[in-house]
Amino acid sequence: MAGIPHDHYEPKTSGEKWLHSRLPIVGLLYDTIMIPTPKNLNWMWIWGIILTFCLALQIVTGIVLAMHYTPHVDLAFASIEHIMRDVNGGYMLRYLHANGGSLFFFAVYIHIFRGLYYGSYKAPREVTWIIGMLIYLAMMATGFLGYVLPWGQMSFWGATVITGLFGAIPFVGDALQTWLLGGPAVDNATLNRFFSLHYLLPFVIVGLVAVHIWAFHTTGNSNPSGVEVRRGSKEEAEKDTVPFWPYFVIKDLFALAVILAIFWAVVGFMPNYLGHPDNYIEANPMVTPIHIVPEWYYLPFYAILRAFTSEVWVVQIASFVTGGIVDAKFFGVIAMFGAIFVMALVPWLDTSSVRSGKYRPMFKWWFYLLVIDFIVLMWLGSMPAEEPYASYALIATAYWFGYFLIVLPLLGVLEKPDAPPATIEEDFDAHYGSDADASTPAE
Amino acid sequence: MFKKLAISTALSLALIPAAVVAAGGGEQHIEDFDFSFEGPFGVYDQNQLQRGLHVYTDLCAACHGLKYVPLRTLADEGGPELPMDQVRAYAENIDVFDPELDDYRSATPVDHFPANDGVGAPDLSVMAKARAGFHGPYGLGINQMFKGMGGPEYIASILTGYTGHEKEEAGTTLYENTAFPGGWIAMQPPIEDESIDFMDGHANDLHHIAEDVSAFLMWTAEPKMMARKQVGFIGVLMLAILSVLLYLTNKRIWAPLKGKKIKQS
Ligand code: HEC
Ligand code: HEM
Repeated sequence: MAGIPHDHYEPKTSGEKWLHSRLPIVGLLYDTIMIPTPKNLNWMWIWGIILTFCLALQIVTGIVLAMHYTPHVDLAFASIEHIMRDVNGGYMLRYLHANGGSLFFFAVYIHIFRGLYYGSYKAPREVTWIIGMLIYLAMMATGFLGYVLPWGQMSFWGATVITGLFGAIPFVGDALQTWLLGGPAVDNATLNRFFSLHYLLPFVIVGLVAVHIWAFHTTGNSNPSGVEVRRGSKEEAEKDTVPFWPYFVIKDLFALAVILAIFWAVVGFMPNYLGHPDNYIEANPMVTPIHIVPEWYYLPFYAILRAFTSEVWVVQIASFVTGGIVDAKFFGVIAMFGAIFVMALVPWLDTSSVRSGKYRPMFKWWFYLLVIDFIVLMWLGSMPAEEPYASYALIATAYWFGYFLIVLPLLGVLEKPDAPPATIEEDFDAHYGSDADASTPAE
Repeated sequence: MFKKLAISTALSLALIPAAVVAAGGGEQHIEDFDFSFEGPFGVYDQNQLQRGLHVYTDLCAACHGLKYVPLRTLADEGGPELPMDQVRAYAENIDVFDPELDDYRSATPVDHFPANDGVGAPDLSVMAKARAGFHGPYGLGINQMFKGMGGPEYIASILTGYTGHEKEEAGTTLYENTAFPGGWIAMQPPIEDESIDFMDGHANDLHHIAEDVSAFLMWTAEPKMMARKQVGFIGVLMLAILSVLLYLTNKRIWAPLKGKKIKQS
């Protein structure tokens, strides 16, 4: 493996040597856990561990839930109540799993925006970034499939609306939707396959996460200064880095404990806060809820989906140019997936020579605006599709695309970046030097 | 299929403004009852749950069911905690259909409360979680931490929210109700003052009866709330302690790296 020069595992005893020459697994683990890590990483770099923890939490709680859950339209809702009432600790399993999904998405959004601010996506980390986007997509699919399982009203109607998106695809849509649902409408066949896929996809995510980690262990972590670790010699590299264990393991565990304390308070004291009351009403194909809203983590993209009605001129043009093949609904679907697609392309859309947003005076403001834009979109996604929200959603959507397709490419040319520090060591010392001068020496 | 979907979606979208008006127009009024189980340390009042069971049995069970609630849980810790012989006696008064006998028999504690949709009344097992009384502030619902999501408040507000006006619509009588979305509910007022005499001599005006049965319905919806809050409290405490320990460890580990700087400068 190319990378930052560092000490490798040396088998010492004859037993270790025996194993190492046959399967260098201890060496692999050693190299992974002792990987040289830029010593100036700040608190925005803890979210990877949180995400890994969430994945493990969802898999462990999910597998136990699956032992008691029944994927059948007549029994699913009742089996959830059985879990909540009769299974030992079942209420905690279910609430941990349902809220764990939310923590997972909360963490992934911060993780993604961290990457966008510090330019972590830029060469040579494009592959890490793309795999991250795939993980995010797989998470969206998993969360959606899982939300259908309790078979409440929102489960059923959410499934109806979302699979309807595939139905909007011209020519093949209807057939595709029927194929996905396993029938003409959301029914028992749908519930069964959704359960099967909800069980499968997290393990696909495990695989993707392994490749994600492999990729950034090959390039080395990015860091807040955006300056690469010096790799001329081991001595030089050691000035810029510390081994992952114990420095960052302990730091990350500390952050994890703090976040879990908050998470645990939510699960213990208001576990239904992020859920929708309608999902405690058993699914009923005859009664449409007044207001179908997805889980909070889909809201920004739901807002983008709904922003394009047939009154919007771009939709009218698209419809005219394609002879009506692209209607408002299909346009919305394209926009929604497009919003994620442009994000995946950001390594090639950002033309700046400087990696970290810290040293980009103009970029910073556009970035903050993007964060606000994302929160506004989330709010709009929860609002009814009427004025003034519809117009706001259109403006917010325009900025989302504008940021990636116009602002980022232009900024690289127009902006005069500040000078980043020469080395990570310099960045680290500048920070802790001035701090440490004032404070008392550590014990 | 797609057409049907489009129609239902369009319909639901068209209905939203109406619902928003109903919810936000100041018409729907949810009173903020003070329940003992609100907030991180709130607990069920066992006597209140027993009174609520009494109310449910006498005034609601004729039309509603509690099909997800096993009778035996009436004896569970953190609930009404009826003695087991009372649970048995209570069960004996209930007839349940046994598919194996192909006939009705009297219930035993392992049976559930019977389902009942005879008059089209919804099952009440999880009603207290299927309705939200509170959405604030700013629609964020943060007050759930201290007040719960307002399900029992909603139920109590329905029970006390009748104005006395009635109207006929398509053969059913509708009763005006200030808490029900849309303002007209098909349930006749189930409770009035002194509908019931409590064995413990507790106040039996409409307001108190409504409060007691709503508390009971919160328990049927969330029977493990006491255990959950306890696990929540212990967990937060342990994680807080762990956080402090890890904070100190982290500081200690990094000190030499950050301290070295002082000697250099
Ligand atoms: C005479 C039959 C009858 C009795 C007795 C009765 N209900 Fe109802 N209840 C109904 C019907 C019918 C509905 C459906 C009303 C509608 O949807 O308009 C209903 C609906 C409800 C609802 C749901 C309102 C909503 O938001 O959809 C609650 C809560 C409720 N009843 C509680 C109670 C309680 C508590 C009692 C006992 C104190 C009780 N009911 C007694 C017939 C009854
Ligand atoms: C990427 C990881 C996962 C995510 C994000 C996720 C998300 C979700 C969500 C949001 C729900 C709905 C919860 C609710 O509202 O009640 C759910 C339900 C469920 N999930 Fe998962 N899940 C994941 C992994 C798993 C795994 C690995 C299994 C193992 C089989 C599993 C089994 C279940 C079961 C049985 C349910 C239904 C029970 C319930 O609704 O509480 N999940 N999941």
